Amino acid sequence: MKAVILGGTSGMGRAIAQRLVERGDSVFLMGMESSDLARSAADLEARHPSHAKCGFAVCDLEYPAGFAAALVSADEALGEFDTVIVTAAMFASQEALEADVELARRLVTVNYANTVVFCEHARKLLLARGGGRLTVFSSVAGDRGRKPVGIYGSSKAGLSVYLEALDHKYHAENLRVLCVKPGFVKTGMTAGLKPPPFAGTAEGVAKDVVRAMDEGKPLIYAPKIWALVMLVIRMLPRFVMRKIGF
Amino acid sequence: MMVTQSAKTRNEHEASGVDAQNAATAPTLNGWGRLPMPGRELASENLETITRGAVLSRGLGRSYGDSSLPAFATDKVVATRLATRILAFDPERCVLRVEAGLSLAEFNRIFVPRGYFSPVTPGTKFVTFGGMVASDVHGKNHHVEGCFGSHVRALRLRLADDTILDCSPTEHADLFYGSIGGMGLLGHILEVEFVVRRIPSAWVYMESQRVRGIDEFLSELGRYAVEWPMTMGWIDCLSQGSSLGRGILMAGRWAKREEASPVPPAVPFDKTLPLELPNWAVNSFTAGAFNNLYYWSHFQQYKTAVVGPEPFFYPLDALLDWNKGYGSRGFTQYQCVIPRAAGAPAVREFMLLLTKLGGASPLCVIKDCGPEGKGVLSFPLEGTSVAVDMAVSADTQAIVDRLNEFVIKTGGRIYLTKDSFTRPEHFRAMEPRLPSFLELRQKWDPQRRLRSAQSVRLFGDQV
Repeated sequence: MKAVILGGTSGMGRAIAQRLVERGDSVFLMGMESSDLARSAADLEARHPSHAKCGFAVCDLEYPAGFAAALVSADEALGEFDTVIVTAAMFASQEALEADVELARRLVTVNYANTVVFCEHARKLLLARGGGRLTVFSSVAGDRGRKPVGIYGSSKAGLSVYLEALDHKYHAENLRVLCVKPGFVKTGMTAGLKPPPFAGTAEGVAKDVVRAMDEGKPLIYAPKIWALVMLVIRMLPRFVMRKIGF
Repeated sequence: MMVTQSAKTRNEHEASGVDAQNAATAPTLNGWGRLPMPGRELASENLETITRGAVLSRGLGRSYGDSSLPAFATDKVVATRLATRILAFDPERCVLRVEAGLSLAEFNRIFVPRGYFSPVTPGTKFVTFGGMVASDVHGKNHHVEGCFGSHVRALRLRLADDTILDCSPTEHADLFYGSIGGMGLLGHILEVEFVVRRIPSAWVYMESQRVRGIDEFLSELGRYAVEWPMTMGWIDCLSQGSSLGRGILMAGRWAKREEASPVPPAVPFDKTLPLELPNWAVNSFTAGAFNNLYYWSHFQQYKTAVVGPEPFFYPLDALLDWNKGYGSRGFTQYQCVIPRAAGAPAVREFMLLLTKLGGASPLCVIKDCGPEGKGVLSFPLEGTSVAVDMAVSADTQAIVDRLNEFVIKTGGRIYLTKDSFTRPEHFRAMEPRLPSFLELRQKWDPQRRLRSAQSVRLFGDQV
């Protein structure tokens, strides 16, 4: 596998990158800061069984103008990549987003509009070379409108629908689209929160995601138990959702 | 804007939210001995950012006592466990540089199959390299290789004044040797550079011997130390009289390529203790029965085997949270070293005292240590180290006091990483090196901003 990972320096993206290189796959990192990217690239080179070089490029989901060039540099480093993974996204609490409309605009733009734009660039490149894998992190927050993650969840709901349509439309052309919906995972993003039951680890999610990519699945919840949790939440009637806090 | 940045906003936001809850729910932290103290930890992949203004770093919380716990609930404590990147690896020179939160378990998973091992490993792999430096851990090979600190080439620290400084044996050497075994009190350990060892195979050739009493144990440990790079012993600390200090001595070396399978051993599946055992589960009867069984399971006097590193180095890691076995009362480990100069009779007397005071436990470990290392507060010195688990009870303080008084008489000392009960006056009496360490703290942290519950308890920090 020759994989580009946008967001591969931290959290679940980092864990996926590590898992791929440890089994010998080639990885190209994209992220926001070049010093952080260089540290992660060194980590991946040390973990690779034959210490293969790991390239990287700065790519920020806030600036779509840089997407095409970043993907070109990935191609130069990897030869033609066959896999694109997007774990990067923006997160803020509902209170912070309600208090700051500009922050809300940025978050919705990054998580939905700009992520779609990035995926469109990737899709075209992959289809032109006969297909490949596109794995994108959405969220369980997109499965139902819920009080504590209303705005964030809506950006992920849009993304999930886009990814589902992409799978329907291009499956026959050998594009394998995987939508990952993580539940609560203990990463830097959630470090200040008390983990609920069924909280997962980045390594556990990475294991599930890599297996799902190998098997060509279109959708997974991670950890898997969240599929059941969300099934229940999706079935709750509206008057219950209005009453409860989550 | 991506996860890294947004995580910061979230942490800051959550910090204020959680502080408001503190009064109501009072979150706690605990060491491996499960004696909780009020406090909470912040975790981030970016140690350089998160250690700013922090008073203490902790790794996986495997020190038994209060060395990784905050002195006050409001102290900012950093958990390093998400900072796990390998920063550089030179396979020819065997030099590895890592972020402080990388665990030995992760290191072993990646590097054992490739023919490398840590120069020194403690009895659990669930420790971080930052913690291994802060505790200057020792292992079964102490008589040959010394402590982990002897293999460290450089450290990057965040100091109390919030600057970041690199130190090594040639650069700020006082800070370097103070930080080795310095319990993280001179600076937050951000990065560790150390030398790894090449191993001929991923297997250990092991010989074990059933030993009938403490005197035989000491002489056999001495004999094995000459020929074997790794030795240690399990002692049945409940047996008395002529079988006082009986047990099983284990010695090992890395198996030669032709002795072992070319395939590395499978890492065993993680098993957990589903619930906390009741407080009565480990008592003098069950511990005695276990010890008898374990002792006689080694019916032949000598056995040899080729085993994986896991059962040899980390037998207790097979059950992830075995510390729940002692129940809600929690437990402590008493570990001391008795100098060679005090002689075998002193060790015998110590075992006698230990069995008389009765800290009923299935776990008691003996090891002959090599010479003292260069870490200013590093634990081992040439002599015999004994470590024993004790469930906490009303008598624990009195037992620890009695043992400490004896150890002071022999010129020995205790291991801070295991301790939660030693009195400050006892610690001062057994630690002639304390003034040099306090001088270093005066130089690098005059306001004593870096502190732990243990430093406040033992070093007389003014608060």
